Amino acid sequence: MASFLLRRLVNHAVLVVVAASLAYLLAAAALKPRANFEDRTPRPPAAVVEAELTRLNLNDRTPLADRYRVWATGVLHGDFGRTWQGSPVNDELWRRLQVSLRLLVLGAVAGFALGVLLGAWAAMKRHRMPDRLITLGSYLLLAVPVFVLAMLLQTAAKQVNDVTGLQVFEWVGESSPGAADGTFGALGGLGDRVRHLLLPTATIALAQLALYSRYQRSMMLDVLDADFVRTARAKGLRRRDALLRHGLRTALIPMCTYFAYTSGLLLLGAMFTEKVFGWHGLGEWLIDSITRGDANVVAAVDCFAAVAVLLAGLVSDVLYGVLDPRVRVGAR
Amino acid sequence: MTVPEPVPPPVLHPAAEPVLEPAAEPVLEIADLHVTYAPGVRAVRGVGFAVRRGEVLGVVGESGSGKTALALATLGLLPESARVRGSVRLRGRELLGRSDAELSRVRGKDLAMVFQDPLSALTPVHQIGDQIAETIRVHAGATRGAARARAVELMELVGIPGAARVARGYPHELSGGMRQRVMIAMAIANDPLAIVADEPTTALDVTVQEQVLEVLRVAKEATGAAIVLITHDLGVVAGFADRVMVMYAGRAVESGPVGEVYRRPRMPYTIGLMRSLPRLDGGAARALPMEGAPATTGCPFAPRCPVVLPACARGEPPPAPVGPAGHVAACVNTAATERQDRVFPDPEPVLRSPRPPRHERPPVLEVTGLVKHHPRYRGTLYKRRVGAVRAVDGISLDVRAGETLGLVGESGCGKTSALMEILRLGTPQQGRITVFGQDTAALTAARRKALRRDLQVVFQDPFASLDPRMRVAAILTEPLTTHGVRKALIPGRVQELLKLVGLEPEHASRYPQDLSGGQRQRVGIARALALEPRLLLLDEPVAALDVSVQAGVTELLEELQARMGLAYLFVAHDLAVVRQIADRVAVMYHGRIVEIGSVDAVYEAPAHPYTRALLDAVPYPDPERERRRRRTPLAGDPPDPSAPPEGCRFRPRCPRHAGLDGEQRRLCAEIDPVLRAAPGGQDQRAACHYPQGETPWWKSP
Repeated sequence: MASFLLRRLVNHAVLVVVAASLAYLLAAAALKPRANFEDRTPRPPAAVVEAELTRLNLNDRTPLADRYRVWATGVLHGDFGRTWQGSPVNDELWRRLQVSLRLLVLGAVAGFALGVLLGAWAAMKRHRMPDRLITLGSYLLLAVPVFVLAMLLQTAAKQVNDVTGLQVFEWVGESSPGAADGTFGALGGLGDRVRHLLLPTATIALAQLALYSRYQRSMMLDVLDADFVRTARAKGLRRRDALLRHGLRTALIPMCTYFAYTSGLLLLGAMFTEKVFGWHGLGEWLIDSITRGDANVVAAVDCFAAVAVLLAGLVSDVLYGVLDPRVRVGAR
Repeated sequence: MTVPEPVPPPVLHPAAEPVLEPAAEPVLEIADLHVTYAPGVRAVRGVGFAVRRGEVLGVVGESGSGKTALALATLGLLPESARVRGSVRLRGRELLGRSDAELSRVRGKDLAMVFQDPLSALTPVHQIGDQIAETIRVHAGATRGAARARAVELMELVGIPGAARVARGYPHELSGGMRQRVMIAMAIANDPLAIVADEPTTALDVTVQEQVLEVLRVAKEATGAAIVLITHDLGVVAGFADRVMVMYAGRAVESGPVGEVYRRPRMPYTIGLMRSLPRLDGGAARALPMEGAPATTGCPFAPRCPVVLPACARGEPPPAPVGPAGHVAACVNTAATERQDRVFPDPEPVLRSPRPPRHERPPVLEVTGLVKHHPRYRGTLYKRRVGAVRAVDGISLDVRAGETLGLVGESGCGKTSALMEILRLGTPQQGRITVFGQDTAALTAARRKALRRDLQVVFQDPFASLDPRMRVAAILTEPLTTHGVRKALIPGRVQELLKLVGLEPEHASRYPQDLSGGQRQRVGIARALALEPRLLLLDEPVAALDVSVQAGVTELLEELQARMGLAYLFVAHDLAVVRQIADRVAVMYHGRIVEIGSVDAVYEAPAHPYTRALLDAVPYPDPERERRRRRTPLAGDPPDPSAPPEGCRFRPRCPRHAGLDGEQRRLCAEIDPVLRAAPGGQDQRAACHYPQGETPWWKSP
């Protein structure tokens, strides 16, 4: 297994280099940071503009190859350059990654777990009321764009807050300033953060579980009449136990691959949620940087996305090996 | 995980007491059972039987006769949409109508089941030991450790070598025979009162079937359970069952003691079934008009019955006693069925125009030293070759005009690989293939395409080998247009082909799914014949068909050969079918041909111990003879094709090797035998250092 993973890691490293380089070249060629200076009043002197752009390695008058060389040398030393504002990209990337993770982990895990359970339940109750309701609900969720869903949740939360007269839900930012200084100290700070998390987590979980439940339902339908489930029942397991212990366990295997890749992509894909709820995560940063023409940030985030997706692939390989004895190599 | 060491004969569990007290009370009693699937499909219609402790009831019938529905209904495992009524009593307790929770306390404890396909019937992701242990834990509430230990004991009981190690393995690491042993271990884990075995040996090779039946016998003796053995194989029932019940269209049409029913079958369907079996001793099989759908009113067998009376249409005949010891048959015209040969007379031999002797006929296919190896790779960053799967490892054979060569062997012996390699018409890895005098390695693309007209193939599975989206006419037209037959001629040719294979003109507009298995295989044969080939490669053409349908297709093949002078290369695992259809036979083992010669010579006096073992393992559909049969099951599984043993490849499983002295054994261990003329045989060669022409068991008095 270890050598298999090593081989995969080497392959993936090559892929990351290619993906990151292409991302940089595209961003550097297409984005025009010079325009930012031209809009300023008063317009800065040409020499200053040139110097500033060159300092940030964003000068479109420098040949692309040279800029790429500078950028690549920096990246090899673990430095993604500077943002438009002049601060190091690395620090900001790290900070925003943590924000994104705080926002996403709960939602992604809850979405997966609930989606799998609902999908499995729907399959077991095929064509009956629970199945119909779950199917209807998941189609509804799939049909609603994430930002609409987020807005709807906000509206509903506002109603709840108004009716109860309490601030049960919060929907702007990660925390309220000064929450940790209240009567309950650090505990109050935590509570405040949880209140801020509720809505965005629900948004992400709902969007995810709709997809997962559809996939899981069809996976589960495949094993519903499987011979080994019948064997399990012939051994004396009830239908529900046989389906959970033997059916669901087998039907979960393909789902894990799907989960791993989705999670890798989710890091960037949560930009709507971040925007709507005012979380300053990676997705939001990418969008803002593109409008600003900040090629270094765009390249860094893309590079990070490539790493995330390929790591997800690696994780899915490991999970597959753990869950499915049939693919383990060198088992004999 | 392959298990190379030979399997020791199963040992009775020390705790097992001698059982079989003369308990007359039936353990499992089924009465007037009806199973109806959702849209009015009546799978089982009023079936009843009773099995006593230690007794084996064989249930036979063709596909769709309701055997499996009966088994599932007994255990309450039918799909939820199915409706069941009647009565299923286990030791007098009614099981029908109980909840899943109540039934789950009975299933796997008092009433166990062994399923057909042991690969799909075991959960792929759980360890084997855990799967057996689960059966124990569900019912006995034993601790995990104790249950695991008991599981290993059970695995030893059913003859799994290295049980403790195998218990930590997964189902895909085991061979088919070993998986079926695991299924049996699971079934007997809680000393059940009754075991229902649904086609337990159908997917297995004859040699492995023999071993598994032996295990089932041991299991029966260890637990004293009553066994309901469901199968389509009359040979298996003859040797294993005490009583037999024949099912047709969801009804039990005949039942009674095995000896009685086999000797004097009284229902025309049973008679037909018996007589349509190809016999290992060369007795002719009688093809039945066995492809009518069951009638919906009256006796369901009437449309196919040769002794049908007007009274047969007047409602289903009730079972009536026709012999001693509870022999009953559901037939109106029992007067006519007193003489079997009057119902289905012996077939007239297929009229063959006299063939010139073999050496005067030109060879249509010559294979010399053919090799097909699949390389195996291993390694992390770079791959290196670590040996090869020797699928075909140097075989030579020839087929002459107008004759049939049968190619037989266990699964994995390389027979299909050899056929595919010939069909490719390419350059073999080693050796030469000459088709109609042309070396396939030297063919141009145009010549190769032209040659394909003369060489066609029929595949095993008529359900998978026809495109479900094409009508029969389109299937038959495709080869014609591919080879540039003029459009105007095609419709006529399609009709001609349908007639040739015994189908009706209106079948042309049907889709494959609207045809029965036999009809589909006829379409497959018609497609192969479309271009008037001279050589047909047949890959298990009847293996997927019911016995009665098999006989019809085999007869068709014989007839076509006689009329059109076709040559066949007939790949099969069923030795009886090969005996019936082939002129010569080649026995393959481990990528090699170990014996080749005329069918009569090889079957009457097999020189190679492997041929002998294969013939010995075929169950014979005659209870008396079947019980007398030498039971010397071939030890072990078919070998790992990537690691042939030194010297003779058959040595590790060879029964003859055991009887040799040290000096003689050295020859086997060191020198790989080549094909040599067998003693006494004219057209018979065997690759054995100590060939003996032995009289097969069915010849001995």
